[in-house]
Amino acid sequence: MKAIIHIGLKPGVLDPQGRTIARSLGDLGFSEVKQARQGKVIELDLAGEDITIAETRVKDMCEKLLANTVIESYRIEIED
Amino acid sequence: MKTAVIVFPASNCDRDAAVALEKITGHKAEMVWHRETTLPAGIDFVVIPGGFSYGDYLRSGAMAARSPIVKDIVTKANLGLPVAGFCNGFQILTEAGLLPGALMRNTGLKYVCRPQKLKISNNNTRYTSKYGNVSEVTFPIAHHDGNYFADDETLNKLEKGGRVVFRYDGNPNGSARDIAGICNEAGNVFGMMPHPERAIDPLHGGTDGINLFKSIIESI
Repeated sequence: MKAIIHIGLKPGVLDPQGRTIARSLGDLGFSEVKQARQGKVIELDLAGEDITIAETRVKDMCEKLLANTVIESYRIEIED
Repeated sequence: MKTAVIVFPASNCDRDAAVALEKITGHKAEMVWHRETTLPAGIDFVVIPGGFSYGDYLRSGAMAARSPIVKDIVTKANLGLPVAGFCNGFQILTEAGLLPGALMRNTGLKYVCRPQKLKISNNNTRYTSKYGNVSEVTFPIAHHDGNYFADDETLNKLEKGGRVVFRYDGNPNGSARDIAGICNEAGNVFGMMPHPERAIDPLHGGTDGINLFKSIIESI
């Protein structure tokens, strides 16, 4: 089983890297880019077969280490 | 007076902190490796030094905040042990939950390294009492992730409680409300991005950091 965790800055938290990426894309002629937000993706290979248990455990991992919930939010996908 | 400096892989201000502590206390600081599970007996003051602990992997300070020695420091700090974190040490203290908020990438996206003028916002803390009427100091700064963030409610609470200890005079990194250093509610835990331990010898270009160490040491 695989867990894919998307971590990004919460809405309202200034993302200077995202802002710079958007500006650079604009400079390259991609004028349709209104905003960019940069985040990270963490993939975990997990032992076990129970998706519900995996979701609970991965949420716990996010709260304890993978995300800093003061500034970041996260989304978890579990794949077979 | 027994002091300790915590050493993580890629700490790089641990020696600076040890030299500062020895200069103020007259005794060598204990250097404590991050894999230790308890502080040596009788430690009165702990410094979490600057650097790039664990290569800043995941987030600055994230890994260090979960290391075995920090678990013991959190327990003891909650019982009143004075603990100060400078630069990466401040990041570690926020990641460990001993101080509120988080340190994000500088808004200018650049690593900033220079002497920085600071305003002392509260001269009546365990870390600033010896400054008397002095309201401005200059400490070096050297960081990429020093942009202090907390929600408005937390910022208001910090200000109301006199817990904003230092502010930048000329904000170098985008920190909310120019905040450079804060303490916890009890006043024993303190963190700041600038480096007082690099301002203790005339050869550093200034000695403004001495009174910060004197303040906390004499309060013990």
